[in-house]
Amino acid sequence: MKHLLSTADLARADAIRILDTAAQMAATQSREIKKLPTLRGRTVVNLFFEDSTRTRISFETAAKRLSADVINFSAKGSSVSKGESLKDTALTLQAMGADAVVIRHQASGAPHTLAHAGWVEAAVVNAGDGMHQHPTQALLDAFTMRRHLVGRGAAGASIVGDPTGQDLAGLRIAVVGDVLHSRVARSNVHLLHTLGAQVTLVAPPTLVPVGVETWPCDVSYHLDEVLAETAPDAVMMLRVQRERMSGSGAGGGAFFPNPLEYTRNYGLDGRRLALLPDHTIVMHPGPMNRGLEISAEAADSPRAVIVEQVANGVAVRMAVLYLLLAGDASKERAGLE
Amino acid sequence: MSEQTTNPTYVLQGAAPLGADPVDLVLAGGVITEVRAAHSPVADDETAVDATGLVALPGLVDLHTHLREPGREDAETIVSGTRAAAVGGFTAVHAMANTTPVADTAGVVEQVWRIGRDAGWVDVHPVGAVSVGLEGHQLAEIGAMADSAARVRVFSDDGKCVWDPILMRRALEYVKAFDGVVAQHAQEPRLTEGAQMNEGVVSAELGLAGWPAVAEEAIIARDVLLAEHVGSRLHVCHLSTAGSVEIIRWAKGRGIDVTAEVTPHHLVLTDELARDYDPTFKVNPPLRTAADVEAVRQGLADGTIDIVATDHAPHTREDKDCEWAAAAFGMTGLETALSVVQQTMVDSGRMTWADVARVLSAAPARIGRIDEGPTAQGRPLEVGEPANVVLVDPAARRVVDGRSQATASTNTPFHGHELPGRVVATFLRGRATVLEGAPVEQVAGVRS
Repeated sequence: MKHLLSTADLARADAIRILDTAAQMAATQSREIKKLPTLRGRTVVNLFFEDSTRTRISFETAAKRLSADVINFSAKGSSVSKGESLKDTALTLQAMGADAVVIRHQASGAPHTLAHAGWVEAAVVNAGDGMHQHPTQALLDAFTMRRHLVGRGAAGASIVGDPTGQDLAGLRIAVVGDVLHSRVARSNVHLLHTLGAQVTLVAPPTLVPVGVETWPCDVSYHLDEVLAETAPDAVMMLRVQRERMSGSGAGGGAFFPNPLEYTRNYGLDGRRLALLPDHTIVMHPGPMNRGLEISAEAADSPRAVIVEQVANGVAVRMAVLYLLLAGDASKERAGLE
Repeated sequence: MSEQTTNPTYVLQGAAPLGADPVDLVLAGGVITEVRAAHSPVADDETAVDATGLVALPGLVDLHTHLREPGREDAETIVSGTRAAAVGGFTAVHAMANTTPVADTAGVVEQVWRIGRDAGWVDVHPVGAVSVGLEGHQLAEIGAMADSAARVRVFSDDGKCVWDPILMRRALEYVKAFDGVVAQHAQEPRLTEGAQMNEGVVSAELGLAGWPAVAEEAIIARDVLLAEHVGSRLHVCHLSTAGSVEIIRWAKGRGIDVTAEVTPHHLVLTDELARDYDPTFKVNPPLRTAADVEAVRQGLADGTIDIVATDHAPHTREDKDCEWAAAAFGMTGLETALSVVQQTMVDSGRMTWADVARVLSAAPARIGRIDEGPTAQGRPLEVGEPANVVLVDPAARRVVDGRSQATASTNTPFHGHELPGRVVATFLRGRATVLEGAPVEQVAGVRS
């Protein structure tokens, strides 16, 4: 694995290796000294063309816990805002000797271009590109699901056994909300399918992309039906961007009539929460719009693993950076095996 | 200086006119003077060109070329673009109006026309803008452009759609006074805000904003009905979807005076090529699906689609060497158009060379109303007709190299690909603009 650009081209074995490595990383994070010497002397650049404090901090924390040098390169306050091209930015990073570039970009495919245009030799990690992919988000989601739902006893006890080496076979996952614009949804559909889970996307028809029929998942327009009929093991609520409510121009481009109607049909509230099996977990990639796609009752319920997703994000990103930059050879040095 | 004294008499020996039995074509004084039996003796004052095994076609006519001058001479100039056209077998091009400044006045179209004439590679026929500044609000000075030295007959806001139905109606009506035509870039703007590629399976996966087929088809449907209502002539640029072919077929069956073009790239490339996010394949209208490619081939073969036009759209390297969303739309096509038509239509047995002459020469010349008069194009290869001839070696195969093309830009979608056919020679009114596949630089000031 040279880069991590998309979950669509991630093989099952690679995905499980990342999850298993992340579990080892997570274990080190309960130690008093959290820092590992693994990537000492390596340079990780966080190249963010789009604001995302959460994702940037997560990657920064992951790299620092592995002792890498971290450079944060934000489009704002850099020459990018003066019109520098992606190519020139990439050549600059190459000249500075970046070993890995973590890129967040508003243009779908920008990480792919960065990885394949011959501008940099560094490993490229996609930290979210346009409406395309956000692979580390899907990996941390899968990691969270595996911890809570795999190896679960028949009695439904929360965490049982060691899921190392296991996939998500047989789990039923509902992903609810703005699928059309969501890189999180795209990444999850591919990864969860690869890991054996059954995914149902739930959204109003306006927020489902034309062409979705080839995706390895089911699609429904009715949340209540999906909750009742599939009894999902996890419900993942997607963020609804405010601008989707007005659309462009005179408002004819809005994707749904108003926030109230959206919440009525697609929001996860206390009533819908009560429909779920006891073991079902509630997920959200954040940041949440409380009262729109998810009510406070749902977000703060014991089923919600939203804060844990954030913690797992650091472990998963440590695993990804470790596997891309250190690989198998340095596992011993890292004290991981 | 007249061309009779400056141009030799060429004898194209053993050429196969439209792929028929070989003959010797004699070009003198700017016209085809004689058709002899193949490999007849050549007189001392005649220049023989060995055309054995070559197909002779009337000089190709492009109804849709972006020469970029004035304004974007860093991507192409009238000289470099028309040289590329000659290398591709063309003897006339229609230069689109979306330059800077826009070709929306007699002054700009006359400038383009004059520079083209002085360059001498092909006849340059400027296309006039429909609306001032291509902004879609107010009619440009269509009459002044028609009456200018450039004699503009084709009007288009290409690059933008004449979206306002009342403006489109007025334009269609107005050009009737001089037998003009409105060439529509059919793209419903609201359905294509921020659009990056064909909307479908591939865009859904790649997360690129979709350009749905209906955005093209809805405008074409509206426009054929408008053309019928006001009794005017409509031309549909770069038609790209199966649905558009159906609408044109319906309109023609109804007797509506509409013509349609397809580009070489829409005859062969699909949206699957976007998967690597290489902006070389970013074009407007976007590359569609394999089913659409089959439909436009069928439409071209059965005459529903009248012509092939290149939509040659050169761009600087910096406008393509970037992330997909930041890249410019468009690809070059003048030097590969004939090869793509041969590959997709002739070698597949769907069209003859006579059909190629129709869709790449006679029909576009007729649509542009440049098929008559002293600089007539798209004429048959017969005695007394203008000596606009291209010689093609259909058996040749070549690997396209974007860096060595005559166009000033490198954004060919066929770089590194092998295509059939090679233009060996091009003659513009009896003067060789291309010989042995290479452009023939002329003495300054010589015009045909």
